[in-house]
Amino acid sequence: MSLDLIRNFSIVAHIDHGKSTLADRILEVTQTLSGREMREQVLDSMDLERERGITIKAQAVRVAWKGHQLNLIDTPGHVDFTYEVSRALQACEGALLVVDAAQGIQAQTLANAYLAIENNLEIVPVVNKIDLPQSNPEGSAADVADLVGEEPDRVLRISAKTGEGVEDVLDAIVERIPAPEGDPAAPPRALVFDSSYDQYRGVVAFVRMVDGAFRPREGLRAMAQGTRFEAEELGFFSPVRSPMETLSAGEVGYVITGLKDVSRLRVGDTLTSEVRPASKPLPGYKEVKPTVFAGLFPTDSDEYPELRDALERLKLNDASLFYEPETSQALGFGFRCGFLGLLHMEIVRERLEREFDLDLLVTAPNVAYRVETKAGEEVEVHNPAEFPREVERVEEPYIRATTIVPKDYVGAVMELNNGRRGRFHHMEYLSEERVMLAFDLPLAEIVYDYYDQLKSRTKGYASFDYDVTGFGEGELVRVDILLAGDPVDALSLIVHRDTAYARGRELVDRLREEIPRQMFDVPVQAAIGSRVIARETIKAKRKDVLAKCYGGDITRKRKLLERQKKGKKRMKQVGAVEVPQEAFLAVLNLSGERR
Amino acid sequence: MSGGGVRHLYVHLPFCATRCGYCDFVTLVGRTGEHGAYVDALLRELALERDALADPLDTIFLGGGTPTFTEPAALERVLASLPAAAEVTIEANPETVHEGLTPVLARNGVNRVSIGAQTFNTALLDVLDRRARPEDVRRAVHVLRDAGFENISLDLIYGIPGQTAPDLERDLEQALELAPDHLSCYELEAKPGTRFTHAHGEELGRQADAMEGYFELVVETLVDAGYRWYETANFCRPGRESRHNLAYWLGRDYVGIGIGAVSTVGARRWRNAPKLRPYVDALASGRTPPREDEPLDPATKARERLMLALRLDEPVPLQAVGSAIDPAGLARAERLGLAERRGGGLALTRRGRFLGGAVTAEILA
Repeated sequence: MSLDLIRNFSIVAHIDHGKSTLADRILEVTQTLSGREMREQVLDSMDLERERGITIKAQAVRVAWKGHQLNLIDTPGHVDFTYEVSRALQACEGALLVVDAAQGIQAQTLANAYLAIENNLEIVPVVNKIDLPQSNPEGSAADVADLVGEEPDRVLRISAKTGEGVEDVLDAIVERIPAPEGDPAAPPRALVFDSSYDQYRGVVAFVRMVDGAFRPREGLRAMAQGTRFEAEELGFFSPVRSPMETLSAGEVGYVITGLKDVSRLRVGDTLTSEVRPASKPLPGYKEVKPTVFAGLFPTDSDEYPELRDALERLKLNDASLFYEPETSQALGFGFRCGFLGLLHMEIVRERLEREFDLDLLVTAPNVAYRVETKAGEEVEVHNPAEFPREVERVEEPYIRATTIVPKDYVGAVMELNNGRRGRFHHMEYLSEERVMLAFDLPLAEIVYDYYDQLKSRTKGYASFDYDVTGFGEGELVRVDILLAGDPVDALSLIVHRDTAYARGRELVDRLREEIPRQMFDVPVQAAIGSRVIARETIKAKRKDVLAKCYGGDITRKRKLLERQKKGKKRMKQVGAVEVPQEAFLAVLNLSGERR
Repeated sequence: MSGGGVRHLYVHLPFCATRCGYCDFVTLVGRTGEHGAYVDALLRELALERDALADPLDTIFLGGGTPTFTEPAALERVLASLPAAAEVTIEANPETVHEGLTPVLARNGVNRVSIGAQTFNTALLDVLDRRARPEDVRRAVHVLRDAGFENISLDLIYGIPGQTAPDLERDLEQALELAPDHLSCYELEAKPGTRFTHAHGEELGRQADAMEGYFELVVETLVDAGYRWYETANFCRPGRESRHNLAYWLGRDYVGIGIGAVSTVGARRWRNAPKLRPYVDALASGRTPPREDEPLDPATKARERLMLALRLDEPVPLQAVGSAIDPAGLARAERLGLAERRGGGLALTRRGRFLGGAVTAEILA
């Protein structure tokens, strides 16, 4: 098809502002799907995505509208997936920026708008949910027009739910969004903006052809990673896979690669032809690195192989998931996993528990630290248990946190961020009522109990977003928890010196409550190096007997003892101390994000 | 000497005047009209098991219920029909012990009486639904002594709702004043779901917290008074152990007759069903009563042997329980000073005995 008749666009929005509903409606209005096939929110295929109202994997659907080919590229809507979003946006020439008419601009509206602007996209502002009685389409339209530098009357007012205004949206896409540029005759170049894994056919790459064309059976190469494969099939989504004989400049579609491992084809890489290779890849490729780490252990240590298999299977579809085996004295065999952020961690954890039916113990999440040891060595540490006790210098990741709140809560957010080692960056009134605050914060500070605090201090009105900006030096220490003198590796923490005492105290108190009395006194300590900063003692129990036992109840008493023995076997052993699983759960919940 | 190899016989006499709220034994209230028929059945069951029993026996224990509540003619028929035994114990409630009873016991070979005193505190007796008053206990002991009984045991219960440590001290004091030959001291076990537990819920929680202090108080007081703490909950003057109960703890075979009674002979354990009617009917027509069988494999026997033996103060020979032991668990218990090897045997230390359940679980394979 001629480039003039192609439009590539995505929809960006804050969570729950109606992105998926609008996508569904577009499929319906363009008759891409019949009513019978129409399913609520077709594009968000995973249960978890639908429940949380977010998209994890990008999708790309081709629809026809008034003689044009429109390619809708759905993007992951969350900060953890910023890189994926930016690649998906790079594949487009325009974006619909959808704002809820009742809620107005939110943190992710901003983040996504800026990303779209950075990628030189034509932004079509859309105010959604005008059917809601409490909506304020005029106010929201004025704000969003201001944000993207448009006239308020150019902001579309729609209801994706009722379908009102959806045809205008399609018209606006054709009229306002530029046709793709590219050289159909040049050596082929295609941007990989996502991939999925098909158990029969291997990795399926989602691509935007920029120059040239691909044909089936053609030998292809990923320019950054160097991976080579043959294009087994080419096509587009409608929304099921529809094979084609050629995928040419300007078009969006898929390539079935036959590769058995998603990590061999990274998002952002450029595909080219083996026989007629391009000389330069498309810009913007980078390798994404995990920012948040946690240990995942099966509650039942017999389930270790199941956990390993489950992670392997998740990894097939999620190249950004990182894991390696970890052995904890306290928790047994498990994996140290790296995630793009807290949401990514939550999603992985929930999928492991739901789709693979695993019971997991998850250690307190931590970030990546750059440590210079006393010996002058530089190491990156992902696990508190491996953090050197003697360090020269530590750097930790910093973020730029953007919070939007009604102006009455500015003080509350300032106070929270100041208490989290935040540095004020700037503040901006988005409207008379709504204020945007930008702070620089250590990433570690939002990993621990931040969202809940923010929510409760702003009565749920705050919206929050962040970007990792770099590393900064921090006065960080390793706090170890010891039971009867033996360190509990799974409970070690890296914290700022100023909060070490409070966190150590909290853990020690909680452990004293949760660990049952043993047959001997058990000191519970928090220590920085050899210096004990908090201490409690679990006093030995003085009595544990079966009161009486005669000829009539030997069987019952034996079974009681056998059950007691089994209970002991289920306990985790830390040195001589028996710690019930529940104690770890309680303590780990305390140190993780409270949900 | 003749007969089989089982040297210990338990006889269950389930009848009681009233039911005590905390009791979970197989008991029947009143039903004096049925005592005769029950005893007929009991004696038929005894005849069925006779071949297994040694003659004379080593011990007989008549438990209940309240055996001494059994209608006198029926009780005497039971006693008169039992084989001879070196130790014959009967359980008695204080109010049932009177001058009319002692000759019946004496002339039928009963030589040990276990009195359910429970407490000497009137208010606490009421909490337990006990009929006897403290003076009944004292009177019962004197009546038995006067009739020449030289082996008297008292049962005490602690952890009763409303009880305090000083209350328990006074109970122990008053029990010791009676100079019993033997004492059994139990913590009150309130079974979940019972009326008693429901009525005393919160207070039972407070008592549970106090229980370890009570246990220490009981052991210290009785040991100081010269009693031997020979089993977790049992204390005796030298040579006055309950030989019958010791047989259980040493893993010997025993036959139990009557409703709910349990027998263990070799690799087999069986329990009579607890209902009166089917028991009486079956035996009346010459059939064995309804029973539940439980086979005991050698490993289970060894575990039981260990679990029971560790309740005692004397060591169990290691070769008798070796297969039931987890060596790592034993090593831990020894390191913590909770178990020790003595003269080729294994026993818990004094501190280990206070934690007997947990230590046994630790040692058990």
